[in-house]
Amino acid sequence: MTKSLYSADARTKRRNAAERRFKAYGAAAIGIAMVALVILLTSVVTQGIGAFRQTYITVDVPLPEAKLDKSGTRDMAVMSKVTTIGYAPLLRDGLVNAIAEAGIQTDLSEKEIGDLISKEAAATVRNRVLAHPDLIGQPERFSLLADGRIDGYFKGRVTMASAALDQNTSPEKLDLADKLRDAGIMQIKFNWAFLTAPDASDQRPEAAGLGVAILGSLYMMIVVLVLALPIGVAASIYLEEFAPKNRWTDVIEVNIANLAAVPSIVYGILGLAIFINFMQFNQSSPLVGGMVLALMTLPTIIISTRAALKAVPPSIRDAALGVGASKMQSVFHHVLPLAAPGILTGTIIGLAQALGETAPLLLIGMVAFVRDYPEAYSSATGLFGDPSTALPVQIYNWTQRADPAFVERAQGAIITLLVFLLIMNTVAIVLRRRFERRW
Amino acid sequence: MSLTLPLLVIIVLAIVGSFLARRRALSVSGGDIRHLASLPKQHGLNAILSTVVPPLLAIIAWLMAARIMEYRGAAPLWVPLAIMALAVAGVVLSVVKVSNTFRARTASETWIKGLLIGASTIAILTTVGIVFSMLFETISFFRQYPWTEFFFSTNWSPNFRGNSDLGIIPLLWGTLYISFIALAFAVPTGLFAAIYLSEYAGPRIRGIVKPAIEILAGIPTIVYGLFALTTVGPFLRDYFAQPMGFGDSASSVMTAGLVMGIMLIPFVSSLSDDIINAVPQSMRDGSLGLGATKSETIRQVVVPAALPGIVGAVLLAASRAIGETMIVVLGAGAAARISLNPFEAMTTVTVKIVSQLTGDTDFASPETLVAFALGLTLFVITLGLNVLALYIVRRYREQYE
Repeated sequence: MTKSLYSADARTKRRNAAERRFKAYGAAAIGIAMVALVILLTSVVTQGIGAFRQTYITVDVPLPEAKLDKSGTRDMAVMSKVTTIGYAPLLRDGLVNAIAEAGIQTDLSEKEIGDLISKEAAATVRNRVLAHPDLIGQPERFSLLADGRIDGYFKGRVTMASAALDQNTSPEKLDLADKLRDAGIMQIKFNWAFLTAPDASDQRPEAAGLGVAILGSLYMMIVVLVLALPIGVAASIYLEEFAPKNRWTDVIEVNIANLAAVPSIVYGILGLAIFINFMQFNQSSPLVGGMVLALMTLPTIIISTRAALKAVPPSIRDAALGVGASKMQSVFHHVLPLAAPGILTGTIIGLAQALGETAPLLLIGMVAFVRDYPEAYSSATGLFGDPSTALPVQIYNWTQRADPAFVERAQGAIITLLVFLLIMNTVAIVLRRRFERRW
Repeated sequence: MSLTLPLLVIIVLAIVGSFLARRRALSVSGGDIRHLASLPKQHGLNAILSTVVPPLLAIIAWLMAARIMEYRGAAPLWVPLAIMALAVAGVVLSVVKVSNTFRARTASETWIKGLLIGASTIAILTTVGIVFSMLFETISFFRQYPWTEFFFSTNWSPNFRGNSDLGIIPLLWGTLYISFIALAFAVPTGLFAAIYLSEYAGPRIRGIVKPAIEILAGIPTIVYGLFALTTVGPFLRDYFAQPMGFGDSASSVMTAGLVMGIMLIPFVSSLSDDIINAVPQSMRDGSLGLGATKSETIRQVVVPAALPGIVGAVLLAASRAIGETMIVVLGAGAAARISLNPFEAMTTVTVKIVSQLTGDTDFASPETLVAFALGLTLFVITLGLNVLALYIVRRYREQYE
């Protein structure tokens, strides 16, 4: 064995190789985490982006007075007797006329042509007619939702082969859909309804939207903010500024640290047993959901608020006390305003956590099928007492449905949820960057 | 009589009281506030607090009492009257007390301090609420179902017509198996990621990787759940389980464990990062100075020194994994079974809590009540892990501070 400083001996080589291996393990771990993140996000985006585009059929729908208003006086009582079943043939006629006008040949019967239109579309037309009775008499141009299978065909979810086995559609219908698209009668447009419409039944994935869920989540966030922020800040001020160091405060501290790590589903059981079964609050209401999430967010807010209070240097307190302020005045007039950016950041991050939380909400019944937009206040149910659903629960709900079109909706809802979270976290980061002070 | 009127009365009295207290403070001082021990606005604040706080507490106490006594309908007349009387007493007392020597600032701060203490006890109340909400129902569950069966039976088959087998063992098995796979994936990955970031990576890489890992931490669990359901599950089934003959279920222990592992990476890595950074630099310098390579320093000095903290972090991650719900609901399946095959669908405690408490529930039947017993078991296990982990982490921090 040569003993030279210029060439490494076997042992050094081994040690250097171990060094390189060790470093590679670290890089590999980072790589795994990054790859997981990229795959996760791509799978969400590729599967979910379709929910934001929807196939519509634009046709002139005849609105004959003889069918829609037998009285001829635009009497609401008479007009509202015509149900969506009465409207559906009119939509079909409109589409059949448009096909004839465009000169498209098809072997399908009129009834089968009508299947290209979503069952939800009749309700859209009916609502518009009832809102504007003067439309009756002339054909009116409507943008109607296409059936979910047709929409799936343009998005690649339904193929000719799968349609042949499907009793809800057929290759001939898809063929006609292709021709309609070429003729410009069928278009794919941005799907605003996805963000505003309420949920739809199992048979109508094309009409399902997030309106109720977004509203419900918004109400819950208001409840969480109103409850968790003041209570959390008050508790932190006491623990950080006033509490004597004794057994009792020690118990509270351990308790808070533990509450932050309690599984979220346990909070759901708490909400079910205490808020619903014992206190008799309304099931599925944003109020109960908000209270449960507030209890869950409280430890997060307390921990970050205490950190923010701790970061304010004692000299500020001493100066205030020195010019005659009371302890309380020094805290509320000087320490709290200086800690505000940190508290705000922690609160936003806590809210973002609460916004994505699902499990506890399942237990307090927010998974129910809700089509009515919840009211913020109604005399029957009180403040935030209307049944509602929430964004993450709506996602869960859609994953439990049979039609694969709902998976696309669920992933689309995830994109929406992630955008909200991104906005909240960006605001938190910007606040921190802008107002953070180093003492 | 509803409680709306008393609430309105309280608000009006508070405003009036504050106004009167200021006026009176000015008049007793003869217009020169230097004679007052406290400023007029502090007398006002004291009047507001003494008017508002006691009746509000009384309202809450009444609402609770009515619930506990199962009193239905509107409150009897004496309740709102008593509440309003409290408010009036508050106003009168606080306004009468105003004088040159009365220290209103101290008095109002006592009220505020009381409120602060009240807020800090909410955390305790939450824990008490959690325990009691599950304890009573668990007791009534064990009145209907033998506890030996619950803890030692290896069969879980609830039947809403009665005669169910409700043994927790298969659920615990699924929970522990999935958590084990998740930790086996997340702990090495998270730990190595933390080591690389704190010991090797330059500021540029750290600037990119750290926020990316934080994104991973901010993603809600329902998103991971759907990822398991639509992407990871089918992938594992088509490329591993079926070709290797392990079965053809997309939801499996492996699916849920792997996705949960991804979820735990940021958790483990950020905790370990803090812990590794807390190891004093002098220990590293000493080791490097003796000629050890960087990896030898990390393996033989930094990691052993940080070991208690890392163990604490792993315990916290385990508690997370055991309590995780949405990933297993969507990724693990619903069949209660004890098997070693990781590509088979199994179920967990949390999945069964969800399935027994959603839909139609009858709070008298053991099939529903079992969820509370499961919840309490889960709470006790995670509480044990958390307390142990927090104790270890705290002890460790003190060691180097």
